[in-house]
Amino acid sequence: MARKLLFEHINVPGINTFDVYRKQGGYRAVEKALKSLSPDDVVEEVKKSGLRGRGGAGFPTGMKWSFLAKPEGVPRYLVCNADESEPGTFKDRYLMTNIPHLLIEGMIVSSYALGANTSYIYVRGEMMPQIRILEKAIAEAKAAGFLGKNILGSGFDLELYVQPGGGAYICGEETALLESLEGKRGNPRIKPPFPAVSGLYGCPTVVNNVESIAAVVPIVNEGGDEYAKIGIGRSTGTKLISASGNINKPGVYEIELGVSVEEFIYSEEYCGGIANGKRLKAVVAGGSSVPILPANLILKTTNGENRLMTYESLSDGGFATGTMLGSGGFVVLDEDACIVRNTWNFSRFYHHESCGQCSPCREGTGWMEKVLHRLEYGHGTMSDIDLLVNVAKQIEGNTICPLGDAAAWPVASAIRHFRDEFEWHVTHPQEALKGNYGLAHYADPLPQIAQTV
Amino acid sequence: MLKVTETQEINFSKELIAQFDEMVQRYPQGKQKSALLPILHAVQAEYGWLSPSAMDNVAEYLNIQPIEVYEVATFYTMFFLQPQGKYVLEVCRTGPCQLVGADKIMDHLEKKLGVKEGEVTKDGLFSWRGVECLAACGMAPVLQIGPDYTYYENLTADKLDTLIEELKKK
Repeated sequence: MARKLLFEHINVPGINTFDVYRKQGGYRAVEKALKSLSPDDVVEEVKKSGLRGRGGAGFPTGMKWSFLAKPEGVPRYLVCNADESEPGTFKDRYLMTNIPHLLIEGMIVSSYALGANTSYIYVRGEMMPQIRILEKAIAEAKAAGFLGKNILGSGFDLELYVQPGGGAYICGEETALLESLEGKRGNPRIKPPFPAVSGLYGCPTVVNNVESIAAVVPIVNEGGDEYAKIGIGRSTGTKLISASGNINKPGVYEIELGVSVEEFIYSEEYCGGIANGKRLKAVVAGGSSVPILPANLILKTTNGENRLMTYESLSDGGFATGTMLGSGGFVVLDEDACIVRNTWNFSRFYHHESCGQCSPCREGTGWMEKVLHRLEYGHGTMSDIDLLVNVAKQIEGNTICPLGDAAAWPVASAIRHFRDEFEWHVTHPQEALKGNYGLAHYADPLPQIAQTV
Repeated sequence: MLKVTETQEINFSKELIAQFDEMVQRYPQGKQKSALLPILHAVQAEYGWLSPSAMDNVAEYLNIQPIEVYEVATFYTMFFLQPQGKYVLEVCRTGPCQLVGADKIMDHLEKKLGVKEGEVTKDGLFSWRGVECLAACGMAPVLQIGPDYTYYENLTADKLDTLIEELKKK
């Protein structure tokens, strides 16, 4: 069994309550940090751990923390990004539902490290039950003296609040989230200045994903060096993977970074193989925004090596033949899944969620949705396929925030790897309406020539 | 195009105002506008939607311009600007849910309730719509019902029928 750092006690009955969480060793990290470590010591441990942002970008958390400006007399803020909205990702909801005190504990330790005395957890509005759970957990922690004034006699004060969103994917982008937290539309800000200098209310702010903040607890408890021993290379520690789609055992799994993709999909410990005895066609490995890969490329790199669940291995080959670990939203498509339909569905999502601020994204996402709809419903032409590639190219890199890229990549990668399925929709519109293209050659062994490219 | 249904003026109850008072305490002095989203959620939980009069009252309470409330209410998809059914069934239609049958669930819902997406049943009890990813992909297909946003997971046509019958009896 793989080592569990976040979910070690998740199956203990009552772990969502303060008393049981505490009995299982909870809030030790707060005691250790506040009694024996300086804030800078905590930052140092997080740096040593090699922890990379678990929300999707994979930026080193310790480095992000060290960028925080510390002008005299200006408050600093820690904001937890719990606006989990990336299609395919549901790990944060699972964590907050089942072990809320892990997040609260992480928030206390992280706020201490950053010198924040007021911190917010921004939770997507649809997660009202989780908001209630967190509010209860905060009240319990406060009653036990882990929040409020002079925590554990250390002189450190912290108030922690939960803020609901309103159902906008864009608020997962950190500057849009800060706008939303200020009571405005979720329009991303132009950077620089980065939130580390000018964030919430114009004050220095760190925004971290739920899982990143939760990971600070085992890092402080066991030390950054111990944490870094798990995983491979620059992919250290454990990662929560949200597995969904056509698999036998959908759910949230804590993996040690470095397990192979094949093991993750087929072993009983994780996804348990493809549902209904079907064959694997494609995987979206890190949430809807990352490039989709056909079965052969997700299992092996073009060098013939096993593809691993690490930041580096998943991106091996760049966008030509690789993808990204992203948020860990692992969506599995079986041989009956239609790539055109799936791509249209994702495009509709991005069109719906574009904030409308930048023209390439606002207009481009709409056009991609329209053209894909036309292809899926039998009215497409061959030139539509090139048109999609063209539109995707014009969005990518031309917007204030990464939503534009996130909308472009799924379309570009689907056409890159599944072009013949798109062409089949044009040449066989009637059949495409009734049936689907099937597995075709997408699971065939990679051609040897690829090794020399 | 935004259609706004005019309604009579409303006055918030003391209890609701007390909730607002607690919410604005969460932010630094002078940053009370941060309470706008939590307050709008509380208003919608009370009335089922955000009427122009309700939004104006919120603006007055927070000492901000009405447009600052309208622009937020129209930006975030969770806020209803038209009266809805007592129960709004919101079905996730994105990616993983679609892979395992969200389309069929919505087709079934349309037939069962006899109203199209966005419309309200004659008895005023139900309306429904497709929404984007609800972060419950492992339990797909899934729908939510406000104002508590309870999730109903691993949906089938039978489960949907049972749910609707139960809601009717409530």
